[in-house]
Amino acid sequence: MPLDERLRFDTLVVGAANRLAAAAARAVAESPGAVYNPLFVYGGPGLGKTHLLGAIAHEVRAHYPALTVSYMPLDDLVEEMHAAIARHETDQLRERLQRVQVLLLDDVQFLTGRREMQSEVLRLLNTLQAAGRQIVMASDRAPGDIADVDERLISRLSGGLIVDLTAPDYETRVAIIRSCCQERGVELAPGVAEELALVSAANVRELQGAFNRLLAHQSLGETVDVSRVRELLGAPPAPRRQQRPAANEFASFLTDITSAVAEHVDGWRTTVADAIAEWSGAGYRTAQLETLLAAPEPPPNWEAQVRSFVGAAERLRALEAAARRLDPDLAGADTFRDPENVGDAERLVERLSAEASPPPGPSPEFTRDSFVAGTANRLAVKAADEVAAEPGRRYNPLFLHGAPGTGKTHLAHAIGNALAANGETTRRVAVVRGREFAEELIAALQEGTVSRWRARYRAIDALIVDDVQAVSGTERTQDELFHVFNALASDGRQLVFVADRPPQALEGLEQRLRSRFEGGLVAEVGMVPRTGHAAPRLSMPVAARGTDTFFLDDEKVTWTWPDIGARLIEEVR
Amino acid sequence: MSLVNYATREITCKIVYYGPGRSGKTTNLHYIYGQVPDDRKGKMVSLATQTDRTLFFDFLPLDLGSISGFTTKFQLYTVPGQVYYHATRKLVLQGADGVVFVADSQARQLQENIESFQDLHANLGEQGVDVRAVPLVIQYNKQDLPSDLILTTEELSDALNFRGVPEFAADALHGPGVFETLRGISELVLRRLSAAHKG
Repeated sequence: MPLDERLRFDTLVVGAANRLAAAAARAVAESPGAVYNPLFVYGGPGLGKTHLLGAIAHEVRAHYPALTVSYMPLDDLVEEMHAAIARHETDQLRERLQRVQVLLLDDVQFLTGRREMQSEVLRLLNTLQAAGRQIVMASDRAPGDIADVDERLISRLSGGLIVDLTAPDYETRVAIIRSCCQERGVELAPGVAEELALVSAANVRELQGAFNRLLAHQSLGETVDVSRVRELLGAPPAPRRQQRPAANEFASFLTDITSAVAEHVDGWRTTVADAIAEWSGAGYRTAQLETLLAAPEPPPNWEAQVRSFVGAAERLRALEAAARRLDPDLAGADTFRDPENVGDAERLVERLSAEASPPPGPSPEFTRDSFVAGTANRLAVKAADEVAAEPGRRYNPLFLHGAPGTGKTHLAHAIGNALAANGETTRRVAVVRGREFAEELIAALQEGTVSRWRARYRAIDALIVDDVQAVSGTERTQDELFHVFNALASDGRQLVFVADRPPQALEGLEQRLRSRFEGGLVAEVGMVPRTGHAAPRLSMPVAARGTDTFFLDDEKVTWTWPDIGARLIEEVR
Repeated sequence: MSLVNYATREITCKIVYYGPGRSGKTTNLHYIYGQVPDDRKGKMVSLATQTDRTLFFDFLPLDLGSISGFTTKFQLYTVPGQVYYHATRKLVLQGADGVVFVADSQARQLQENIESFQDLHANLGEQGVDVRAVPLVIQYNKQDLPSDLILTTEELSDALNFRGVPEFAADALHGPGVFETLRGISELVLRRLSAAHKG
């Protein structure tokens, strides 16, 4: 069925009443079949349903000339169907309909009570939808309100997007009349369009009818001005001015107040108050800004004052962050809350940095070059080299163990030196003995500076703990070591532990630490010059558990010496 | 009372409708209440006697929403007009940002208008408010009554408006002049937004 050429999107006046429907229709026209399928538009008569369908059709034809677009009111479809039945050509009709790529079905409400037609439409919709064809339907009521229709069909109709059209508001009506004038190339006397919009309100079709009547009178040479609109249209005279729509009174009051507020509220105060809100919300003292806000007139340098305040507050924030790295207890300290006194905060951070000596680093004497590698420590040395080359990525942690005199400490420091020389990623390397670690903690506990002590270790890039067996049997030290381990390991920072025996042989070592030590690589440092033949051992955690005998030897070596010494002293006594 | 709070971004205006008994102060509020969309009006509190006389006061909160980023609230109060509610009047008047004097246009009420107007000045003075500085507008209500019963706005203006404040003719029962009055006082009050800070 041919469509009125005037039913296009550019002739559609969009207002609150049809905004959603128009947007949906446009989306459908731009990409048929891709969005909102089916699109169901409903609304009372004369509100623009057919206009929307027509606009979709024209838009699709303009964008996709190859697509078959078919607009038909339901009654036409019924007619065609009946004719096809009479001619025994129903299959041909179905085929033809199923080839349609955009189907625009108007007046769907007439499906009421037509059972065969309903099943025909249902079949058609199913076929088209399965093939990704676009379906748009219009009706004067919502799908659920169309009486006596198959449930399956209702659910099919409701399956996409349902939008409604309501009566246009006053402003939209005026816009419609003006657009009609433009289209016809006619002019109305001032105020006539507005009066007409007031008189005719029910729907657009009636509005156009009333407009046409005024035009007819105008074309007869009559003067059509505001005072005659109601008379010409046979409408009752306008109600007295007192009874005009009430909501407008409040709305216009609100508009006036809005402009009065905008005029009288001081912009500079708003800026200052915003700064106060922001920084006092973050816990900073804003007395300076509050004084500024209370000033009767904007001080000439108020912008500079706000800027300097914000600068100071930001400096405090940075100082606080620095202090927190040195001593977590200082987070949120009062010193960092007064932008008028940045000096105190700066001094505090300065003092902290001076005090916060980093944990001891590697001894420069023990270099990798001076370490004698051999077959007995080949694996440990290789692991050490790889750790130094790629800290945190290859073996983390690296656990080296070996009998006294095998050069473990040398190797540990050599790793430390190599890491420190590695460049940016591992600038701060700590090499600490297990005993020292425990002693430092005790001292920190005594001084009440545990968090600062902890922060020192957490700030480093790599931690090497020599003689880690010394922490066995301790309580808090193991806790702290555990936390430091987690903090560093989770951040991909390298950990190296050195002990006189493998983790599983460390008595008094907490299981959680043991499992972490074993989680990387456990390698033995063998005695190179003296034994010569001792093979380097890679005691993988799982395999190691069954091979106790080897480690028993190790234990003998490490444990007997002090025991013998003690026994000798005892005997001498 | 702080009219505009820059820190919390709030503007609060307390406007008091003042005037002799039966001049139509409550009617003003009722009309406004009827025009306000539901989402903007608070509950109107009215303590009235059985004969619809205001016993204590009426209170109508108006939430004007966010204006220029400020949550704007108007609080409209009426005072009881009868002479013997003097204490309540003083209480309600406290902290008012603006006053609407609702005068009864009926000729026979002229003396009561004048007395009430003097009472307003006395009360403001008692509260240490500079009478010349407080935003004030006058509404000549009941202008819809037959002309033989009422005084014209010119006559009323001569009698009452010696300070030359903005004045409005009104028919509070049907609406004309009600919002004009409210708009008039609001603008005066808001004009003091900046003036208030300037001391």
